[in-house]
Formats: sequence, structure tokens, C-alpha cells
Amino acid sequence: MIEGILVEGLIYSIMVLGVFITFRILDFPDLTVDGSFPLGAVIGAQVIISGMPVSLGLLAAFTGGGIAGGITAVIHNKLKVPNLLAGILTMTMLYSVNIRILGNRANVPLLHNKTVITGIHSISEGLMKTEYATLIFFIIFVYIIKKLLDLFFHTDLGLTLGAMGNNEQMIISQGVNPEILKIIGLALSNGLVALSGALAAQYLGFADVSMGIGIIVSGLASVMIGEFIFKSNKIAVLTLSAVIGSIIFKGIMYFARIYGYAVRMTPNDLKLITGLMIIVLLILSKTKIFKRKKGLE
Amino acid sequence: MIRLENVNKIFHQGTVNENHAIRNVNLQIKEGDFITIIGSNGAGKSTLFNLIAGTYAPSTGNIFLNNSDVTNEPEYKRAKYIGRIFQNPSLGTASNMTLEDNMMICSRKGFKGLKISLNKKTREYFKKELLLLDMDLENRLTDNVQLLSGGQRQSLTLLMMVLSRPQLILLDEHTAALDPKNAAKVLDLTQKFVSEYGLTTVMITHNMGHAIEYGNRMLMMDKGEIIFDVSGEEKKKLSVKNLVDKFHEIRKTEFQNDETLLSR
Ligand SMILES: Nc1ncnc2c1ncn2[C@@H]1O[C@H](COP(=O)(O)OP(=O)(O)OP(=O)(O)O)[C@@H](O)[C@H]1O
Ligand SMILES: [Mg+2]
Repeated sequence: MIEGILVEGLIYSIMVLGVFITFRILDFPDLTVDGSFPLGAVIGAQVIISGMPVSLGLLAAFTGGGIAGGITAVIHNKLKVPNLLAGILTMTMLYSVNIRILGNRANVPLLHNKTVITGIHSISEGLMKTEYATLIFFIIFVYIIKKLLDLFFHTDLGLTLGAMGNNEQMIISQGVNPEILKIIGLALSNGLVALSGALAAQYLGFADVSMGIGIIVSGLASVMIGEFIFKSNKIAVLTLSAVIGSIIFKGIMYFARIYGYAVRMTPNDLKLITGLMIIVLLILSKTKIFKRKKGLE
Repeated sequence: MIRLENVNKIFHQGTVNENHAIRNVNLQIKEGDFITIIGSNGAGKSTLFNLIAGTYAPSTGNIFLNNSDVTNEPEYKRAKYIGRIFQNPSLGTASNMTLEDNMMICSRKGFKGLKISLNKKTREYFKKELLLLDMDLENRLTDNVQLLSGGQRQSLTLLMMVLSRPQLILLDEHTAALDPKNAAKVLDLTQKFVSEYGLTTVMITHNMGHAIEYGNRMLMMDKGEIIFDVSGEEKKKLSVKNLVDKFHEIRKTEFQNDETLLSR
């Protein structure tokens, strides 16, 4: 059970890192996520089904998500529409695109295909329990992604992205085109989200076009849980807190699903719970900031 | 180096809110000039800067930089040779990032790649530069900029602006939000950098004393026009008193309180 929560938390943490990039670093609340998560799932699934290697599927999912994010940025840049609307437009269009990619189906099972999970199993066979092997694999996988992101945000480009989210005028004054930065940032974010979607589909054993509904909210909840635990201006700590936030979120959801019946909760209530959780976290963080400010005076 | 030809800026053209903010301005700024600009609130001083910097394009007229027409070049492209400081100290820095990150971003203009340039050597260089400010900031490289005072932030902005040695710097009341002591310090620094690096400078100020004291040329603006343009020896001889007289002479107006005319 605990391995299950950890693995799910780790898989979704890649999405959470994407949400963290847009909401916290770029200050661009991006709703493309609800469409790019299933986009990654269906791309990854189709590649596997057609018999090509799993790694290629993951790469294609990342690329597809990147393109989706780039489209949102271009809509926002060129048509001067607010970022929320740009994201909603892409997300809505992706719903149709995702069904098309699946060949006019809304879902497809992956139980008899080679996936990341079956790959792990075949390697670890006889060495250790498959649950542990899966967990170890994802710890390493997420660790590498986190490290790469930390590295990226230390590059000149990464620093500039961070500054843009804080003060766009400063970036313009430094001779950098903010439109290009937004495309890069959103592509990176949605690439991660789609990669997470592809892995989630393979872990769950199916890809479904509706598996993205509410993903953005759960991603945001995870980011906020993480921030609640750690406060820092160091990127390495922030990305770590996003990953841990994701795992805690999955844990909370797991217990709500298992023990919720005691208070007559059904799985249908989980989205409501997630939303309420964000509201509570918002209230808590407000009072926390309030306290901290008072402390400084 | 910069030339404005018959530049007009009309906001909300064709609506009831139509506002002719810049009227037929012709201006030539030569390399090495240090120009001060004074004028009442709403005279169009900041709008003139926005036009030079490329924040928006003029309604009519042309802007030339080193003889090439940049009238429709976007702000971020012009920023490669134009540095700018605003009245609000928070516009020049990314407050939730560290001093060293801010300095790294500003040390070179233009698109930044995947290099990691922030290392021991650049940190030493930043420390050396920060020493010029004499604010003990060289020991606070990893502090977030939001922890700095307004005066420190504005001095840092000034320092970061000159790191990339821009050809032209535009200062829009960059000391107005500071207390007199810090304002004097930032102005001193400005003068120091300008003469040390030979920067071509345009400075908007509401302080007529500063406008006379600094620079080699002074412009007075009113209602979107440059109504008085003085340089060299003639400028040196000016006093606050005859500036106000000059304004009345040109505009043939009489105000109850002369001071409100040009200052706040
Ligand atoms: N973006 C804008 N849209 C509409 N009107 C504007 C805009 N920017 C400036 N204006 C108008 O143009 C006129 C000139 O404004 P500007 O900011 O250039 O004055 P200023 O000389 O800098 O004044 P101050 O000393 O108060 O800073 C004002 O009437 C102002 O309301
Ligand atoms: Mg102004």
C-alpha cells in the first residue's frame, strides 16, 4: 500500500513540477495541463501499441506536451488574450485531439503491452519484489528530472525565466523577448505534464481521455502542500517540496478513498475534497504570511 | 546618436479620452550628452522616454538611433543599447531572487542560453562592482533583493544597468521615491558612472536645482512640447528663479504658486 502511494505520488510529481514551473516561477496560471496530461497518456499509449519502444513513447509524449504548451503561449502572446483563457482554449481543443490520437476512442487498455512497468518487472525478476523495483525505478527517475530542472534554473536562461515571472519589465529592459521565454517555459512545463500522463497511463494500465479532468487542481494542491512544509528561495528546495507535496497529496487522497466511506464519502467526492483542501491551504498560508509579517515588525 | 523627427503621440485617438501627450517633438541627442528634463506633472516626460525606449510607437513621426530608423523596433530589441531606470525601485530588479541572480541576468543584454555563467569568477566580479556602492552589499550576494531598502535597490539597479555599458541611459525621476540622503547618494553614483563610462544620459527630475546642476543641456517640457532648450554656458548661468521666470515668459501665464508649476 505505502509503495503504491509513493509510486503514484512520484509519477504525478512530474506533473506537479510542471505546474510549479508555470504557477510559481513564470507566474502564468496555465490550464493547458488538463489537456496535456491525457495528451501524454494517449501519445505514449499509441506508440506502445504500435510496437515501438517505451522510451520513444515517453519522448513523444514529452514533445507533444511541449507543443501544446507552446501553442498556449503563442495564443497568449499573439492574440493578447489573458493566460487563463489561452490555456482553456488549448485544453478544450486537446480533448478532441486526444480522442483522435486514440483512433476515435475515449480509452484504451494497456494490459497486454510492453510498458515501463513491465520493463521494470522483467529486469527485477528474481532480484526483488516488483513493487520495490517499481518504487526504486521511479525514485531514480524523478530524482534525475528534479536534478535536471535544478540545473536548468541555474543556467542564464533559467534565471531569466525566473525573473520574468517576478518582473517582466526587467526582462524586457535586459533585451530579452518575453514572448519567447513564455513559449520555452510553457513548453517545458507541459512537456513534463504529458510525460507524467504517459507514465500514469502505463502504471494504471489504461489511457483515458478524461484522465486529465481536475489534474491542474490536484497539481496546485500538491504545490501548495509542499510550500506549506518548506519555505525557501533555493530552487533545489522548491522542486523537492513539489515532489514531497505530490506524495502527501496522493496519501491524503488514498486515505480519503479507503476510509471515506465511514463518513459516507464516495470517490466522486474526491474532487470536492481537493478543492476544499486548496481553500483551506490558502486560508492557512494567508494567516501564516500574516504571522510572519507581524513577526518582522 | 538619437534623433526624434516630428514625433507625436496621441493616446485613445478618436475617442472622448483623446490625449495629445507629445506634440511635434524634434530632438537630437548627441553622444556624451547629459540632458536633464523638467516639466509639470503630465507634461509628457515619461511618454517621451517610452517612445525613445520603444514601449510604444509614436502616432506619427520617426525615431532614429545611430541613423537607422528604429521607430517600430520593439522595446526588448532597443533595450540592447538603451538602459532605463524608473521612479519605482521595484521595477528594476526581480525581488524574489538573490542579488547575484539579479546581477547575472543584467550583466549581459540579449537572449540567454543554457550556460551556467554564475560561478566563482563572476561572483568575485560582482563583489568588486558592489564595492563601488559602498553599501556593504558585497557581503549579501545570496540575499533576496526584497530585503534591500529602496535606496539600496535603486543603487543596485543603477549598478546593474551600467554593467552592460548601454549607449544611452534614461533616468525617470529615479531618486524621487528616496529620502533626501539616499537620493543624494544615488545621484552622486549616477554622476560618477556617467563620467566614468562616458554614458549618454537623459534624466527627468522634479528638482530644478538638480536639473541645473547636472548635465550639459536642459529641456523644459509643458503640455507635450519642449518649450525651452538650453545648454552649455547659458545653462550654467541659470538659477531656479530665472527658470520660473522663463516659464512665464514663454507661456505668458501667471500662477499663484510658482513652485507648483515645475515641482511637486
Ligand atoms: N499609456 C497611456 N495611456 C493613456 N494615456 C497616457 C498613457 N501614458 C501617459 N498618458 C497621458 O499622457 C500625458 C503625459 O503623461 P506622462 O506620464 O508622460 O507625464 P509626465 O510628464 O511623466 O508626468 P509626471 O511628472 O507626473 O511623471 C498624461 O496626460 C497622461 O495621462
Ligand atoms: Mg513621469
